[in-house]
Amino acid sequence: AALKGGLRFQVSAALKEGRVTPTELCQRCLSLIKSTKFLNAYITVAEETALKQAEESETRYRRGQPLGVLDGIPIAVKDNFNTAGIETTCASNMLKGYISPYNATVVQKLLDQGAVLLGKTNLDEFAMGSGSTDGVFGPVRNPWSYSRQYKEKSVPKSRSEDEESNWVITGGSSGGSAAAVSSFTCFAALGSDTGGSTRNPAAHCGVVGLKPTYGLISRHGLIPLVNSMDVPGILTRCVDDAAVVLGSLAGHDPKDSTTIQDNFKPFELPNLTDVSKLSIGIPKEYHAPGLSSEILALWSKAADLFKNAGAKVVEVSLPHTRYSIVCYHVLCTAEVASNMARFDGLEYGHRSDMNKSTESMYAATRREGFNDVVRGRILSGNYFLLKQNYENYFIKAQKVRRLIANDFVKVFGSGVDILLTPTTLSDAVPYMEFIKEDNRTRSAQDDILTQAANMAGLPAINVPTGLSERGLPVGLQFIGRSFQEKQLLTVAKWFEKQVKFPMIQLEVKRHDHSTFQHQKSAFFS
Amino acid sequence: AAARGCGGVWRRAWQRGAGGPAPAPRGQRAVACNARGGAVPAGKSGLAPWVPVVGLEIHAQISSNSKLFSGSQVQFAAAPNSLVSFFDASLPGTLPVLNRRCVEAAVMTGLALNCSINKRSLFDRKHYFYADLPAGYQITQQRVPIAVNGSLSYSLCIDNKMSQMVTKTVRIKQIQLEQDSGKSLHDDTRNQTLVDLNRAGVGLMEVVMEPDMCCGEEAAAAVRELQLILQTLGSSQAVMAEGQLRVDANVSVHHPGEHYGVRTEVKNINSLRFLAKAVDYEIQRQIEELENGGTILNETRAFDSKLGCTVPMRDKEGKQDYRFMPEPNLPPLILYDAKSLPANMNHQQVVNIDWIHERLPDLPSVKRAKLVERYGILPEHSFTLLNEDGLTEFFENVVKQTQMKPKKVIGWILNDLLSYLKQHSLTVKESPVSSFLLADLLNLLEKKEISSTAAKQVLAELWKGEGKTPFEIVKEKKLELIQDQKELEQICQAVIDGQENEVIMMVLG
Repeated sequence: AALKGGLRFQVSAALKEGRVTPTELCQRCLSLIKSTKFLNAYITVAEETALKQAEESETRYRRGQPLGVLDGIPIAVKDNFNTAGIETTCASNMLKGYISPYNATVVQKLLDQGAVLLGKTNLDEFAMGSGSTDGVFGPVRNPWSYSRQYKEKSVPKSRSEDEESNWVITGGSSGGSAAAVSSFTCFAALGSDTGGSTRNPAAHCGVVGLKPTYGLISRHGLIPLVNSMDVPGILTRCVDDAAVVLGSLAGHDPKDSTTIQDNFKPFELPNLTDVSKLSIGIPKEYHAPGLSSEILALWSKAADLFKNAGAKVVEVSLPHTRYSIVCYHVLCTAEVASNMARFDGLEYGHRSDMNKSTESMYAATRREGFNDVVRGRILSGNYFLLKQNYENYFIKAQKVRRLIANDFVKVFGSGVDILLTPTTLSDAVPYMEFIKEDNRTRSAQDDILTQAANMAGLPAINVPTGLSERGLPVGLQFIGRSFQEKQLLTVAKWFEKQVKFPMIQLEVKRHDHSTFQHQKSAFFS
Repeated sequence: AAARGCGGVWRRAWQRGAGGPAPAPRGQRAVACNARGGAVPAGKSGLAPWVPVVGLEIHAQISSNSKLFSGSQVQFAAAPNSLVSFFDASLPGTLPVLNRRCVEAAVMTGLALNCSINKRSLFDRKHYFYADLPAGYQITQQRVPIAVNGSLSYSLCIDNKMSQMVTKTVRIKQIQLEQDSGKSLHDDTRNQTLVDLNRAGVGLMEVVMEPDMCCGEEAAAAVRELQLILQTLGSSQAVMAEGQLRVDANVSVHHPGEHYGVRTEVKNINSLRFLAKAVDYEIQRQIEELENGGTILNETRAFDSKLGCTVPMRDKEGKQDYRFMPEPNLPPLILYDAKSLPANMNHQQVVNIDWIHERLPDLPSVKRAKLVERYGILPEHSFTLLNEDGLTEFFENVVKQTQMKPKKVIGWILNDLLSYLKQHSLTVKESPVSSFLLADLLNLLEKKEISSTAAKQVLAELWKGEGKTPFEIVKEKKLELIQDQKELEQICQAVIDGQENEVIMMVLG
């Protein structure tokens, strides 16, 4: 079908040709959201406003004046982006019921281009976590837990109790967005990426997860985790779609002083035929302890793929990588402590009934409003910022951060175009397994391959690569030069085409107990 | 202990005689001030004298249309919470956007105070929980402020005599840009606190003065000069009563040759008069405390203007650790000069230090020198002219409209106009006598149509503001000088005739 000049939302062609209307598309997504409710991917489904937006889009199509590729495309947004009129909770008691008076810049841009906002997706509380298991609305389930591929390989005795205890996590913290894209309930979703929060769940859910260069996309309206590392992330089913969404979001925002001043020119991704001029770097430090042999094998295979196609593949060193996670922890918690100070129960959000004094009200509000993970990070962050500790922790961590960033500068300066690394250490683990370790341990393990890109502000993307022995998705990560998204995505697209990642075969029990199976259709590619 | 000083003898000089407590003679106090860094004679203990040290931190609200980091309007006494943007209320996800006008105001002020302007300065977060600080932190410039290492020259008179003025200099440590907080209104009867965020996020310049002063009078004179400079620049309206200029004083005392003593910080000072009072009170309190064997605590004290003394402030959270951190949402503030300005830069987007420098208005010191030179008035008169808002203009307007020499005009302005206005608590703008009327009157005097005594009588009539011209009053009251010889002789003869006895007595001797 309409594949001229790259894929670019196949469904968009269907909309344009009138094979499907925005309202039909929206309704289909809404009904899928209902039938996959058990995934817990959405915190809020904005059915009414979504249908209204779809209707408006339909009018535009009828007049032959759609706003662009995104017009009528159903999307979902992580629940840490402000959405005017739709609850924004950050999966926290602190913001339960909070309705923002304004749209985040990225949300506004999507709406301005006609996208249909289906709802807000689940996450770890205030995006602090790597499993999407630590939010007040409960864990997100990985759609692949309910795929034929997983069931065939991992649950031979397909008894229902087994299924109940065997479901795997999505990764996080943008697990809701990853699950939403993976289960076809939307065509693209926004996540946020501070230490890997977009790429990690993308890898576990078998979708594309792009973390753009820091400063390319506005953070205005994204409820911050770590201001100096946060980037809005893009989750889609293919690299081309990610490029379209990126094009619609990128560029200077007067409301975010850390965005680039230059205008961003949206691009279409070329179909790369010749990779012989490419130099792919394989950072040896990413051969990290705990890396599964499966992923290691896949990584080598991918490197060979480039080599065989004529690209130069070189081993490179990013020597400060091993200090990255500790350094990240100090910087992250320090900013968290600062950013969370505003939640005092006065202006908005939860307020405790405790009214003995302002101070006791603050304390009770924050104890009731935040979970253990958030409180723990606030505590350690404040500790690192204390006058007597500042030099030893915060300043040191900042210096190490600089060294890590310089590692990348040196490697890219040596002629390497793109780095190829694993995204995660292993495939997704079952929830029951995951919660045996605490959030802190999990985050330290799971962010290890992703957070250095945040420290350095570099663009990075997860490309779904293959299925593990258990039938779960495994992805690889490409890291590019600052603001070289086009090159990064072009290479990612070439790779995507080579690996032919399989389609999820989702088996969802409907209310009538018959099994509904997603078919690969033109709309859901 | 604080209450002790608040009674009848609250104000004793720190150079007391052996006689013990006595009200401070103003003259003596001034002597202590004039000897900068000089020692103050010892008290009853007879030990070494005391040296008071005074440093100031001054917060000047920037005069701008909108706040430092948001688009909300800046306006005094607007309806509560009517000037609050999403950012000011610290709604999650909002980000600061620096207001160019505030940067320019700070650069102007820095240049006027002889500072070096940092071409790269940084913003930091200062954390503390308070109801009128919605974000839980204030954005300020802790590490690298916008301006450093300046100086301010100010003058004050010795022995309260205008004729004996001395000029002193206080070093300016730095000027930093920062956000103002909101206002908390405590309603004790209903046990609640009301918060008004109109002021939250308004741009402030914090001017830090080195401890180069030694008494309240010096502190007040320095602040007055700063106030005049800010108003001349237009960088702040600097009205203390409206909180646009707020002063905290750091005060300590020590013996000559010893290290500085422990200092206290005095807050809540909202007028120049109270500043002088608060500082002097605090110096005296510390000396007394130390001479009685006590110690000075490094504490924050408030000036109670009703009691005329400083009292310790209840510091609820104890010693604060502000947990400073770089503000990650604001890139370094980069300023340019003619040399560093990139050619292709949009001038609307950059702040050019040289451009601002070239356009600085005449500062008060220059204005005074020009007045002295142009009109031949005394230097101390130029101070008085500038000290009163609008008085210089009034004076110059009178000079323009009269043939009288400026040197004589100034006497009428300072002795008659100003003292009348002071007596009636009027500003120059509110004067019932316009510069035109005064010039009219002085012209009558200059043309010898009336005597100087008559002129005062006319002026007394003019104050009534009945709309009569000086000429009309002169006519009405028959106050003209008589120029005709014969007429004068007749009047004299009439007087002599009427006083025959006295004349005879005089003739007889």
